[in-house]
Amino acid sequence: MARIDLENIAHSYAAEPSSEDEFALKKLNVSWKDGGAYALLGPSGCGKTTLLNIISGLLHPSQGTVLFNGADITSKSPEVRNIAQVFQFPVIYDTMTVYQNLAFPLQNRKIPKNEINTRVTRLADMLELSKYLSRKARDLSADEKQKISLGRGLIREDVAAILFDEPLTVIDPQLKWSLRSQLKRLHAEFNHTMIYVTHDQTEALTFADQVIVMSEGEIVQTASPQELFERPAHTFVGRFIGSPGMNVMPCTIDNHHLILAGHAINIGCTVTLPTGAERIEFGVRPEFVKISTDKCALPVTVEAIEDAGRYQIARLKFCDLTLAAILPDGEPQPSGNVGIMFDAENSHIYANGHLVGKRS
Amino acid sequence: MLELKSITKYERGQAHVEGVNLSLAPGKLNILLGPTLSGKTTLMRLMAGLDKPTSGEIIMDGQVVTGVPVRKRNVAMVYQQFVNYPSLSVYENIASPLRVRRATNREIKQKVEGAAEILGIKEFLRRRPSELSGGQQQRIALARALVKEASLVLLDEPLANLDYKLREELRTELPRIFKRTGAVFVYATSEPTEAMLIGDSVTCLHEGRIASTGMARRLYDHPNTLVTAQIMSDPPLNTIRIKKKGAVLEFDGDRHLHAGTHMEALADGPYEIGLRAHHLNIGAPTNDGIEAIVATTEVTGSETMVHAEFLGTRWVSLLHGVHALNAGDKISLNPDPNKLFVFDGNGALVAAPVG
Amino acid sequence: MQKAHDHKALWLVAPALLLVAFTAVIPLMTVVNYSVQDTFGNNQFFWVGAEWYREILRSDRFHAAFLRQIAFSATILAIEIPLGLAIALSMPKKGLGVSVCLVLMALPLLIPWNVVGTIWQIFARVDIGLLGHTLSGLGIDFNYTQNAGAAWVTLIIMDVWHWTSLVVLLCYAGLVAIPPAYYQAARIDGASRWAIFRYIELPKMSRVLLIAVLLRFMDSFMIYTEPFVVTGGGPGNATTFLSVDLVKMAIGQFDLGPAAAMSVIYFLIVILVSWAFYTIMTRDDFEQYRRSQ
Repeated sequence: MARIDLENIAHSYAAEPSSEDEFALKKLNVSWKDGGAYALLGPSGCGKTTLLNIISGLLHPSQGTVLFNGADITSKSPEVRNIAQVFQFPVIYDTMTVYQNLAFPLQNRKIPKNEINTRVTRLADMLELSKYLSRKARDLSADEKQKISLGRGLIREDVAAILFDEPLTVIDPQLKWSLRSQLKRLHAEFNHTMIYVTHDQTEALTFADQVIVMSEGEIVQTASPQELFERPAHTFVGRFIGSPGMNVMPCTIDNHHLILAGHAINIGCTVTLPTGAERIEFGVRPEFVKISTDKCALPVTVEAIEDAGRYQIARLKFCDLTLAAILPDGEPQPSGNVGIMFDAENSHIYANGHLVGKRS
Repeated sequence: MLELKSITKYERGQAHVEGVNLSLAPGKLNILLGPTLSGKTTLMRLMAGLDKPTSGEIIMDGQVVTGVPVRKRNVAMVYQQFVNYPSLSVYENIASPLRVRRATNREIKQKVEGAAEILGIKEFLRRRPSELSGGQQQRIALARALVKEASLVLLDEPLANLDYKLREELRTELPRIFKRTGAVFVYATSEPTEAMLIGDSVTCLHEGRIASTGMARRLYDHPNTLVTAQIMSDPPLNTIRIKKKGAVLEFDGDRHLHAGTHMEALADGPYEIGLRAHHLNIGAPTNDGIEAIVATTEVTGSETMVHAEFLGTRWVSLLHGVHALNAGDKISLNPDPNKLFVFDGNGALVAAPVG
Repeated sequence: MQKAHDHKALWLVAPALLLVAFTAVIPLMTVVNYSVQDTFGNNQFFWVGAEWYREILRSDRFHAAFLRQIAFSATILAIEIPLGLAIALSMPKKGLGVSVCLVLMALPLLIPWNVVGTIWQIFARVDIGLLGHTLSGLGIDFNYTQNAGAAWVTLIIMDVWHWTSLVVLLCYAGLVAIPPAYYQAARIDGASRWAIFRYIELPKMSRVLLIAVLLRFMDSFMIYTEPFVVTGGGPGNATTFLSVDLVKMAIGQFDLGPAAAMSVIYFLIVILVSWAFYTIMTRDDFEQYRRSQ
């Protein structure tokens, strides 16, 4: 088990990167505490797998140092780092039985036979694989195979961290749920540092205590699932998490007022814009847009209603801006011209994409 | 207009589809909704003419087409996997059905560019499919279906393999794109939310049979059977067998729930009740609710699903926002009595929530 | 899944069926026909039943040729399969080296059988051949026209030189198809190089290895051109393999009946041994199949 620190890590797949764009991973500093459950979340090509491979040692970073418990292991190979990794597709040793698969990492490390036996038996029990122990591993289903890959990591008690690279890709939707909850339980029991890479928000937010959202080789926010929803630090986070994502609209700020398509809205607080801020945007999640008959309400036109059953998505037009509102089940369907209000607590201002602090 | 008349399909003695009667109108979005192996794909293959039904008739615009092979029909199909010609450019991929039809180069250019424009892939026409993202690859397949001007367009879970953000995007675009072609449009999905968002008319399939057909909202509010209610619910419907005694619904001997006002007219007796996850609230343990243990929680971004167990039953509660609950926590499940669906011993709906 | 609605597909297969009938089935039936009859010329044939079969199976000449053949094939497999595997494992997986290696490996395969024979026939000659001359210069009695051992060594080296590339190419194709995640997982599990070979590479290559073994067995078991060109079956009968013997019998002595019976026996042996290899090497798959039923 280990605390993991990445100092000034950057990586480019080009030998001699000439510009910032050639970096798959732009300079970043991260520290992950021992025993934490972390998720790296982002769309494909955002650099999350690159980052994972740097931690596991399968990739040597172009710049920076990787520290495990304070020791520099940047140039160490994966086997020396003592990490375990679960890949997108289940990696099992075809000709071995489930038992032999689980015992393999211990055998390679010359652990005594009876010690191996106790550990394998106990772990198989926890993973609900006991009844398959004498079966050839390749005869099992994809989710069971994936549990074997995970088991080969968990079997080593001294493992520094367990890394997951989109481990549920090939699992049936019906089984994803059970595997996900098992993972969570195992984390609670073993208390290993776990890092989970995915592009699926549900997987990331369900698994992790802290979610690291990445975009274009940069970390845009590290926060708890709740914070990501309530206070997205970047417009990308707002859009990427939540379905539909956050409404982001260009605006200007004038003292205590937010000016949105010519309409002034009192936000009841002071906003200090950073100097040189060019692109000012207003962000509010569809959940916090309410249909209202208040006299201060903004006049909008209902363009379409999408009925998802338990909620409805209203597509609204406000002057030349479009936005979405989520209406809970049971509310009357609005149509034509209506008024809307934003929940002040959950409305945010962004400058150049980054969240700007508010003061009352 | 596509009509299926008592269609049955057996394979190695097993019924994959049985006694299906269905008529699908053009210019509408017809949804086939059901879990995996419910017969959606089998039915689509029969409609396309890829397979021949064991018995029954398929009628397209008044003409019997049962057994007419697919290449003699004007059918377009899009699959869950992104099926494109890897060695052809995006342009040629979209143009392929027109080339088969020996259309003129001018016509091809005009139609391909038109379809590419609608699907937002115009800038990629010179590239190869493999250079594009999954969402864009599926757009190529959709564009190809569009230029074919088929009288029957079959989409078999076309969004299932896409990231959820892309799914969101295409979900709102698809009806807009295909509605105006005037073709008979059939869309298979296993997700009720997708069916609700896209569809006009929904056909629920269960084990190869039609469980119900109707407008999406109608089926959602008034599912005729327990099976339909289950198919139309995501997260899964919470169910439990109860015994109604006046205003009280007894279960497990002495425990009870309250009956809603819409159940007043129901005779006392045994029923099965169903409750959607977002009508199940969670609170601290009280005398009034059902005591349960949290099994796990799932966070989907803006909502939290809490799976809780009691008496060997697993229920799901859907809460707004992100909530931190730990496995093993003791909670109280508080169903909204006025939101209960009530089914009789045969699974037929006898009372539904009002409004 | 139901595929066709009509039988048009049969017409597409018809030309292939006809071709197979003319090239394989009809000649084979002719041979079977000869094998049960005797002739004294003038196109007169007499029914002799299984007489020729009995004669062949009892003859010492056949037994000797058969044993020589088995020994040859076994030696070839024992050398070419491990050697091919080893070369494939040591070949580069990416970069310019890949194409260079592949071209080098493919070269011997492009040379016709009789040319290979001629090359080695000259190469191993004691008077003018580089190999033969060098060896005898070193004091080794290497004369394949007189020494049975030298004749065998020459034929085996020649076959290894000619056909190991095929095994290499097949194994290499199997190797590069293994996803990198397997190697990464093995490194993380702390597996040794031997363990990686034993538990990842070998199982993943089992299919191509089966093909390599079958091809090399069938080919070496039916070897004819090379011994014919190099040694002509000699010295003595040292390199008279089944095929060489068969031709001697059919063309040299014009014993059509016994030759035909021997052909049929030969044919059955090849099929039987190939089937045995196939069954043994795919045993695991069958087990898996049976369990899944």
